[in-house]
Amino acid sequence: MPEHAHPVVIVGAGPAGLAAARAAIESGARALVLDAHDAPGGQVWRRRHDGTHPAPAAQALAILAHPACTWLPAHRVVARDGDALLVQSPQGTSRLPFQRLVLATGARELLLPFPGWTLPGVTGAGGLQALVKGGWPIAGRRVVVAGSGPLLLAAADTVRAAGARVLAIAEEADAAGLARFALSLWRYPAKARQAIALRARLRATPYLPDTHVVRAIGDERVEAVVLADRHGERELACDALAVGHGLVPNVELATLLDCAIDRGAMHPVIAVDALQRTSVPAILAAGEGTGIGGVDRSLAEGCIAGHVAAGDEVRARRAHAARAQAHRFARSLARTFAVPPDYAQRIAPDTLVCRCEDVSWRTLVQADGTPVHADARARKLDTRVGMGWCQGRICGAALAALGVAPDVGVRPPLYPVRIGSMIDL
Amino acid sequence: MPNAPLPDLLIAGAGIVGTACALAAAEAGLRVVVVEPGAIGAGATAAGMGHLVALEDDPAEFALSALSLRMWNRHADLPEAEFSRCGTLWIAADEAELAAVAPKREAYLARGIAAELIDAPTLARLEPNLRGGLAGALRVPDDAIVYAPRVARVLLDRARALGARVVQGRRVVAMDAGGVRLDDGSRLAAARTLLACGVDTRTLVPELPLRPRKGHLLITERAPGFVRHQLIELGYLASAHGNSDSSVAFNVQPRPTGQVLIGSSRQYGVEDAAVEPAMLRRMLARARTYLPTIGELTALRAWTGFRPATTDGLPLIGPWPPVPGLWLATGHEGLGITTALATARLVVDAMTGATAPIDPTPYWPARVLSPVGDEGRDPRAAPIPAPERGHTTDAIAVRETRTPITPPSPASLVIHLDGVPVPCTPGTTLAAAIATGTRRSRTGTMRAPTCGMGVCGECRATVDGIAHVLTCQVRVAPGMRVTSEREPAHA
Repeated sequence: MPEHAHPVVIVGAGPAGLAAARAAIESGARALVLDAHDAPGGQVWRRRHDGTHPAPAAQALAILAHPACTWLPAHRVVARDGDALLVQSPQGTSRLPFQRLVLATGARELLLPFPGWTLPGVTGAGGLQALVKGGWPIAGRRVVVAGSGPLLLAAADTVRAAGARVLAIAEEADAAGLARFALSLWRYPAKARQAIALRARLRATPYLPDTHVVRAIGDERVEAVVLADRHGERELACDALAVGHGLVPNVELATLLDCAIDRGAMHPVIAVDALQRTSVPAILAAGEGTGIGGVDRSLAEGCIAGHVAAGDEVRARRAHAARAQAHRFARSLARTFAVPPDYAQRIAPDTLVCRCEDVSWRTLVQADGTPVHADARARKLDTRVGMGWCQGRICGAALAALGVAPDVGVRPPLYPVRIGSMIDL
Repeated sequence: MPNAPLPDLLIAGAGIVGTACALAAAEAGLRVVVVEPGAIGAGATAAGMGHLVALEDDPAEFALSALSLRMWNRHADLPEAEFSRCGTLWIAADEAELAAVAPKREAYLARGIAAELIDAPTLARLEPNLRGGLAGALRVPDDAIVYAPRVARVLLDRARALGARVVQGRRVVAMDAGGVRLDDGSRLAAARTLLACGVDTRTLVPELPLRPRKGHLLITERAPGFVRHQLIELGYLASAHGNSDSSVAFNVQPRPTGQVLIGSSRQYGVEDAAVEPAMLRRMLARARTYLPTIGELTALRAWTGFRPATTDGLPLIGPWPPVPGLWLATGHEGLGITTALATARLVVDAMTGATAPIDPTPYWPARVLSPVGDEGRDPRAAPIPAPERGHTTDAIAVRETRTPITPPSPASLVIHLDGVPVPCTPGTTLAAAIATGTRRSRTGTMRAPTCGMGVCGECRATVDGIAHVLTCQVRVAPGMRVTSEREPAHA
């Protein structure tokens, strides 16, 4: 079949990318999967330091060993070059031409500034989970997990399993909201089973609704955290503080490839149709990049994208029901675990917002809460906010969540790269 | 509407040229209105290097830049300007280029600008990262660099303090003798209108011989001391004013942040602002022929901009005779930041009847109205075919590596952190093995891994001599040598 002479190129080896590879191969195409990490699985199925993956990943990962699949770990897309991607790996930079592309670029964690958040020992919730899976020594340490969303439970479970003492899980959402969410889980039996199992494993850990971090305290690293609920504040001595507020879709590569981006919500998502097609012909997108919704949503979307990329819309449509169910669950998540509207009041004037360039809140927002600058471009030119290493991925998403519109432009390289590797292809 | 006094001057464009004109006009007592569709100083002003340089290849260009450089001294102490008098080193690659240095020096001295010959050993001492075998250089010590977008904002704020009004978020779409029409349909009346909107001036005065010259720039992570002067190859001018559709030149600048700003490329006939990897590659490869270790630096961000280029290489400053009351201040190409202040001087002196410090006639826009036969026409005015874009012949080099998904062996190994041995378990990430901070931010605060997934960059360290490695993304290997990093503060 001549249309299958070129493989479907899939960026990202998380659930969406793996499902896309399987679907593309089932539909008769070859697949080429690349991922910035040195192991497949994405964030949710991240490989542990002992070399194992979470059990549910096994079936999905098996596709990488299929003869029709080429797997390129530690390959990071840094730019576009005409009808090819520029890809960097430990061996250097190469051009990867594509004819059909599936973007399964996933999401990153929403990290919001608060006093003390730059102290060593303060991480994201998913961040600590990832570090612990990488072997970060946590056994015997006192950990406080805070922020909002189901990721807090998953992170607490991972660090508990690694031998840490989880002192508390502080959840922003109030008890009524959590109860409504728990009740709604009857519609998603698999999710309900997961949630019940998680809570059972964490039964010894206080789960505090309507509670948030006021500040992290410490000199050269975190030594304590001040938590607040409606009754007041209290200080907890701890060795690690993991705070996450949910996830932010990664749309940078799609933006660079001129795919339409839907900026209607707090965080932009890659715009796709019912067949996961972006606005650019031959480029599809699946998973968290098109909207946050968890593993099941990513698997359903990846499956659709993979079949469509291989020219098989009939099979693609069979996954529509699963996707619709996953989308409903995602909306329910977003309602329960939203960033509180008054969050900005917790930030001190000297709290750093841009961690790369050390730009303080006061530099960006006036005492009355209005932005100092007329627009994102002026803010960036004047303060260097978002111009450092992470290119605004952390502070830009945080500012968006706090109602300060970030710069939406994307400039290559997508990730910092050695100049030598840009010259020598 | 109450009878507000008619503005004396409406300026379209709040880049470095427009804001300089606004301040000079306000200081001369004119009632000024500035219209800017975007952010202040966010067009060509933000896309340039901010190099304040005297270029001596054309007498008129030299006069304008020399006057402007003296005027820039007024802003040297402005914190927002990040003014740095690093000087320029014009690099002579060989004896032939070196022969051109002596007359170039004479030209500078004749204008009262200091310039000194630098021999090869001194050059090597001044800039140790330059390759060996270079013939020498001409040093122009008073050349400087500024951060132009912020200067533009300060100039505009000062003009505002003197009564200037700023209409931001609106674009001038048409002019007539009595004022302008904006994109929301409203009309602003003014005695005179000055177009200082760079390449966009074409849309308002299509007959102007103005074309966009696209340029690429790339900035690195902080690497203080890597270069100490603005370094430019002597061949730059030939390339800058050359006739070819696309060219690159070695042109590298030390930013006060410690970052290295790498130029320069120039292309005609391209209207797409996208960064072109092929052009970037040529530009960086050129830089590496002069700075062999520049490949070790980390590229943070690349961008492009469009300079307004005229056919004769001189800016258009002064009244535009076909439309009474219409003035121009554009066409500065790569010298807009250097010559913005002198441009403003010439504009306002001409408007107020004051005597200009230099002869303004070479820059008068009226010159482009003179009828010229085909023979006398500057060949650069000829239509330029679009340059080749993209690559079709590059080898496809994708390695097909298959890593088996098998557990690593449990044997223990040792790495070194800042010289101290650290035992660790195979399979762990480097960040986990170190389990502490390896980075201090530019204000000196200690940082440690935060996102765990290669986004935030807080886990960076130098690993086996390679700077800025994300330690959360690599796994330990025997004998790895890890060094903490400290982000340099601004100079």
